[in-house]
Amino acid sequence: MSRLQIHDVSVLYPGVNGGEEVTALSGINFNIEPGEFVVALGASGCGKTTLLNLMAGFIQPSEGYLTLGDSSIAGLPRVACGLDLQDQISGPGKDRGVVFQKHALLPWLNVLENAAFGLKLQGVGEKERKARAADFLKLVGLEGFHNHPVYQLSGGMQQRVGIARALTNDPQMLLLDEPLGALDALTREVLQELLLDVWRETQKMMFFITHSVEEALFMASRLIIMSPRPGRITHEFPLEFNKIFLENRDARKVKSMPEFIAMREKVLGIIHGDEVAGGGLH
Amino acid sequence: MNQTTIATPPNANKSVNELVKPTLLKRCLSVFAAGPVKPGESYGAPGQGKSLAISLFTTTMLIGIWYIATYFEWVKPLFLPSPGAVVMRFWEVATEGFANATLLEHTGWSMMRVFSAFLLALVTAVPIGIFMGVNRIARGIFDPIIEFYRPLPPLAYLPLVIIWLGIGEVSKVVLIYLAIFAPMALSARAGVKSVAMEQIHAAYSMGASRWQVIKHIILINALPEILTGMRIGIGFGWTTLVAAEMVAAQAGLGFMVLNAAEFLVTDIVIMGIVVIGIIAYLFDMLMRYLERKLVPWKGR
Repeated sequence: MSRLQIHDVSVLYPGVNGGEEVTALSGINFNIEPGEFVVALGASGCGKTTLLNLMAGFIQPSEGYLTLGDSSIAGLPRVACGLDLQDQISGPGKDRGVVFQKHALLPWLNVLENAAFGLKLQGVGEKERKARAADFLKLVGLEGFHNHPVYQLSGGMQQRVGIARALTNDPQMLLLDEPLGALDALTREVLQELLLDVWRETQKMMFFITHSVEEALFMASRLIIMSPRPGRITHEFPLEFNKIFLENRDARKVKSMPEFIAMREKVLGIIHGDEVAGGGLH
Repeated sequence: MNQTTIATPPNANKSVNELVKPTLLKRCLSVFAAGPVKPGESYGAPGQGKSLAISLFTTTMLIGIWYIATYFEWVKPLFLPSPGAVVMRFWEVATEGFANATLLEHTGWSMMRVFSAFLLALVTAVPIGIFMGVNRIARGIFDPIIEFYRPLPPLAYLPLVIIWLGIGEVSKVVLIYLAIFAPMALSARAGVKSVAMEQIHAAYSMGASRWQVIKHIILINALPEILTGMRIGIGFGWTTLVAAEMVAAQAGLGFMVLNAAEFLVTDIVIMGIVVIGIIAYLFDMLMRYLERKLVPWKGR
């Protein structure tokens, strides 16, 4: 198992209408260790999604570089300047599965075909890829829905398909960009538990973005709090509420623990301090 | 809120109805009557509900007025022949022919011209439109050409097409082809552009190559708009047909109409128009059917 490393990364976006450049991320140094569940929390415009897009390889940093194990995801170290190493940058790849908030499933494919899509791209034969996709659909609780068109599913079930699809490729880590943000509160809680089960089952690295403090505390084995203008990591907390849940299986009990409530108040204080100062870009 | 008033309406309504005659009050009370309701029926988006019956009524009325106006000879038959005369002509041209060709031959020639232009456009405009969507250079090359000639009326460049390609079949098909090409290419391009970035990113993060993204995500995403472009395109084709058959045609629906107009045979003019309209409408129905079958996920 290899770790994800972010070396001194900054991202500048060009200014709107020739205006000043926007520093989306500044001086990010941070690793994700094998088996970690890292949650990024912060106000809108603090660069959470930019950070995820960097890890996924969708964008290149203005400065710094990211690596997963020995392979370079995006950007190059300063010592490599002048060397033609562009080929060494992998960009997006199947070692990092991404789950989006919505609009990412393919409506012309049914549930099973969506889940098997990554394997199809890899040229895995139909029989094998459907069998493997079926395993992961079972893991996310969609056994009886193989032939349903995805656009007829509820939002929660669509996200289950998205999670299964990302897992079918057997990636080293999952990048989750507010995957539960568009769901109703009850479905959201069910899927929080599901994701923790998936995490325990597969032992994959997780990077999870959310706006919800409670969700962040419940899911994270490490919580990072980000702050806007320029986007940066301001606080880091190791947490164990997810492990407690996986032992006692009682989410409400975990979320009403005095430690949980105290932590929630602390994090809310940090974030509200930010919002007074920064406001957020959106 | 009083629950008993909600539960009682059927009986309560009856007694009130017996007491009070005016229909306005009845209608007001019907708001409270038990019965099935449709979402959006009240306070929904304007224009809900079916319109087929109204369309049938309008059509019948138009034909009725036409019939009455000709029956009482409000209009001279030279300007507006009776529906009966048009139907008679239809039968006459279908069996005996007009201008050295039967109706079937006229229709066959026109359909041959429109559909060969349509097929030609399908195999050229769609790939070029897609190419314009996915390639900067292709867009730079084709965009000014298409955008320049697209708003021109086909009659404006018909003389040029004839000077270049002569008065044979080729110039007729090319004129219709040009009319169909632009909307089809632009629809294909718009379809390519309509793809959601999340789908592209998802495919890349599952290990897709650039070509796989185009093949598995972008092309399929463009399909609904391509089909819409085909519908619009064939419509332009029929619109251009009469212009294409203006010069040196020996047969064809457009030729038939123009030829009849020269001899003031108004009933054949109207009959020709109706036949063109019906064929175009049937083809549009076929395209809509294909759309439902091929892209049931459209707009989802």
